[in-house]
Amino acid sequence: MSGIAIKVENLSKAYQLGDFSTGTLSRDLERWWAIMRGKEDPYLKLGEENDRTSVGTSDIVWSLKDINFEINTGDAIGIIGRNGAGKSTLLKILSRVTSPTTGNIKVKGRIASLLEVGTGFHPELTGKENIFLNGAILGMRKAEIKRQFDAIVDFAGIERYVDTPVKRYSSGMYVRLAFAVAAHLESEILIIDEVLAVGDAEFQKKCLGKIGDVSKGQGRTVLFVSHNMAAISNLCSKTILLKHGLLQDFDSTRSIIEKYISSGKENEAEVFGIDIPVKKYSNKASFHAFRLVSAKRGLTTNFAIDEDVNIEFEYDILENNAIVYPSIHIIDNMGTCILATFNGPSATTFIDKYFGIPLKKGRYKSVCKIPANFLNDNNYLINAYLVTQDVADMGIAEEVLSFIVEETGEMRNEFTGDWIGLIRPKLEWVTAPLLV
Amino acid sequence: MEIESSHQNWDLEIKPHDNVFNLHLKDVWNYRDLLWLLVRRDFVSFYKQTVLGPLWFFIQPIFTTLIFTFIFSNLAKISTNGSPAQLFYLAGSVAWNYFSDSLTKTSTVFKDNANIFGKVYFPRLIMPLSIVFSNLVKFGVQFLLFIILLVYFFIMSHYFNGQYKVEPNWFLLLFPVVIALMAILGLGLGLIVTALTTKYRDLAFVVTFGMQLLMYATPVIYPLSAAPAKYRTIISLNPMSGLIETFRYGFLGTGQFYLGAFVYSIISTLLIFIIGLVIFNKVEKNFVDTV
Repeated sequence: MSGIAIKVENLSKAYQLGDFSTGTLSRDLERWWAIMRGKEDPYLKLGEENDRTSVGTSDIVWSLKDINFEINTGDAIGIIGRNGAGKSTLLKILSRVTSPTTGNIKVKGRIASLLEVGTGFHPELTGKENIFLNGAILGMRKAEIKRQFDAIVDFAGIERYVDTPVKRYSSGMYVRLAFAVAAHLESEILIIDEVLAVGDAEFQKKCLGKIGDVSKGQGRTVLFVSHNMAAISNLCSKTILLKHGLLQDFDSTRSIIEKYISSGKENEAEVFGIDIPVKKYSNKASFHAFRLVSAKRGLTTNFAIDEDVNIEFEYDILENNAIVYPSIHIIDNMGTCILATFNGPSATTFIDKYFGIPLKKGRYKSVCKIPANFLNDNNYLINAYLVTQDVADMGIAEEVLSFIVEETGEMRNEFTGDWIGLIRPKLEWVTAPLLV
Repeated sequence: MEIESSHQNWDLEIKPHDNVFNLHLKDVWNYRDLLWLLVRRDFVSFYKQTVLGPLWFFIQPIFTTLIFTFIFSNLAKISTNGSPAQLFYLAGSVAWNYFSDSLTKTSTVFKDNANIFGKVYFPRLIMPLSIVFSNLVKFGVQFLLFIILLVYFFIMSHYFNGQYKVEPNWFLLLFPVVIALMAILGLGLGLIVTALTTKYRDLAFVVTFGMQLLMYATPVIYPLSAAPAKYRTIISLNPMSGLIETFRYGFLGTGQFYLGAFVYSIISTLLIFIIGLVIFNKVEKNFVDTV
């Protein structure tokens, strides 16, 4: 069956800051009294520090503005965006937890939303009782739950504990049961928020598989919000990109993820002269500039996991015939040094002909390329060094720039869980049958 | 695209504003299973891990009655119109507690369920309804206690020359109506309060001690006829007065049936209920943003 399952028209949602009720009657009366005496509203200041969006001067924040899109029946759609982009607001409106300020949404079929697992679970009730209660909260009729009951218990793997109060469950069992109930909803449209952030890797995989079944196998419409690009790229054919409450783009998942990665410019991708955090100056050479460059997109701090990270390193040689070589350390978000590299011939893939020779006074640029599919998805810092023959006269600049390596779904066709490890290179594997 | 969309019949339209009187009662009906499961949850979780279990439903009214009997009958010597004091107070407190519990629990429904309401949609009215029905179960159990005591005193007064009057009469057929009205009144007031507490938390405190005061402004521990004439009109303004009096009159045969007060109770109860529904319905759409 084709056709439109969800049609969103001019959807906007405004949140008012400060100016409306401040919480209690006495405060409202206090404000009223202050205004009556011609004094300043004592609580008006409350909302003004919110500088999350550019409309800081007004007391209204548009969490969503003029959103329009249509979703066809049976599609699995991802929704991505940075924090505060309006993803949660959109889901809340779609699941009717709150209502829009303007615009409307038309829906064909029953919507079930899963903004949280285990909503309404009561710790004193048994697993069985909670299955029924939770199912009903999510909109299932009792008969439906009965029909699905065995499947739910089986999926959660809690056969032995069905008649035990859920407060005695391990947190893993609790989450499994909660997800199992939601996964067996018989609605035509399923809305899922970042619920996969819970549970162990194996169960996460099971959940993703189940969501995949729901959309591909059963032809139901799925809306899926996540920060997990691996999951998004695996499950969703098309993806919506939100930014500051606006619908930035709605396209194939692959191109949206690329766009998403390049849209994040929270940090500087370039640093010059006095802005460079120099820790120790050298007499022979000085730092001039650092740049992070993507071959495709130019200056950026956000790199897809399957693209090269180019670190451009500019420095001035202050003394004729000085022998200086540049060196870089990459530090991860835990402070671990992932690698240290310099342009010595035995340490590079190609020989850098400027290595180890006396350099003339002037400016030089060295570019270090960290290959694609090498770093794991993480945040990284760069420490830079200008090493001279006299080690005591070395120039040191720490944390000159930082960059993010982001998941794109590359290498993720088989495994979607948390990929541990400091690095994530593609390696050679050879399997041969020995005793068959 | 316009043509296409006008051809499709949508199952649901999410809009900013809705008709004030569109109460989504059909939605409530669709979620009736949830209502029963919530009632069941309240009942089961009430006595889980307690030694006495459902017996607790009896203990509360028994002790209230004993204390009321001691203070108001033995010490203060307030008239019970010739009824056995224990029966008189039990009748009053069981009925009053139903109303009062329904109101106080309903009045915090938004606050108590903010988490659930913020995560999943179901007709919000289900929650207050489940409270009223859960309390009805509790009331039913306590009512059983009352009936046992009633039968005991009835036999004592008619066959063993008890010194008191127990004369059930046809007005007890009004009993289901009275209970329904108490439920609706408690629900209606609770809905108004909970809708306002999303903005003004203060009201929650007013309710807690206001209910205690209101009990004294209702003929619970005294018959309306025992109140001084000049206060009687004021007391009758309270819709609960007519209901409690009717309830007690039907079972005990003491006091009298005030038709005017009863009709007044019905009208004001329904009015309050409708106002409550409308306000609740208006607030529920966006309360998640303000709570």
